Amino acid sequence: MGDKVAVYRKEHFNAAHRLYNPGWDAAENERIFGKCARPNYHGHNYELEVKVTGVPDKRTGYVMDMKLLSDLIKREVHSRFDHKNLNLDTEEFKNLNPTAENIVRVIYDLLRPHIDAEKDLLVRLYETPRNFAEYPA
Amino acid sequence: MVYLTRSEHFNAAHKLYNPAWSYEKNEQVFGKCANENWHGHNYELLVTVKGQPDPDTGFVFDVKRLSNIIKDHIIEKLDHCNLNLDVSFMQGKMCSTENLAIAIWNQLLPHLPEAVQLHCIKLYETPRIYVEYYGEE
Repeated sequence: MGDKVAVYRKEHFNAAHRLYNPGWDAAENERIFGKCARPNYHGHNYELEVKVTGVPDKRTGYVMDMKLLSDLIKREVHSRFDHKNLNLDTEEFKNLNPTAENIVRVIYDLLRPHIDAEKDLLVRLYETPRNFAEYPA
Repeated sequence: MVYLTRSEHFNAAHKLYNPAWSYEKNEQVFGKCANENWHGHNYELLVTVKGQPDPDTGFVFDVKRLSNIIKDHIIEKLDHCNLNLDVSFMQGKMCSTENLAIAIWNQLLPHLPEAVQLHCIKLYETPRIYVEYYGEE
């Protein structure tokens, strides 16, 4: 066991989306994605867990200042996705199907450049209380 | 009198937008909930009925039957839908959680047997926002 400690911050956002592959016809989308493909969208309360792992700073005792992490998530994630339609209102999902898998990777990529390189980052995204995705795996 | 509750859930898109008002007025009153391209939630629905336990079964009401009634008449019509566009019984109404709870009450009532009384519709829009409706006072 080393000196590393993991800290977590939970945030949430609400968004509409649908799962749809424009390369397929409506029947094939319906077959693969079921009611998630419905044309007028549906939505979720997304719950986000961000895990940062590293050695606590000797002066502060912090792995990362939780307030700064919270502000970072609000700036990079909430401003883009909260109360939005992921398919229509975001650059990130214009050409990417907004599955929980793809959203969690996008969020990781948005946060990663703003967290010290020597710290590990892991993102978990709950689409519903029982469906969630984690990256990296 | 015993109170029996069945919990179900559905995911849906909606927006809060009063068509009689200007875009600016909607923004002012409803904020980001007025986003024109919708947003969405994981709704949790708790339906409470009340009655005396049947001497033969010990049940106020067969909870499996209650679950099926809720699924057939509510969940089937709301899940993975757009509340503003796809739901016949919300047409012409503001799609607030308050109005949705009242509408769910009115939809369920005719399908419950006379032996049980509908007591409460409790509807969570998010884990921290919910409404309760007990019928007309």
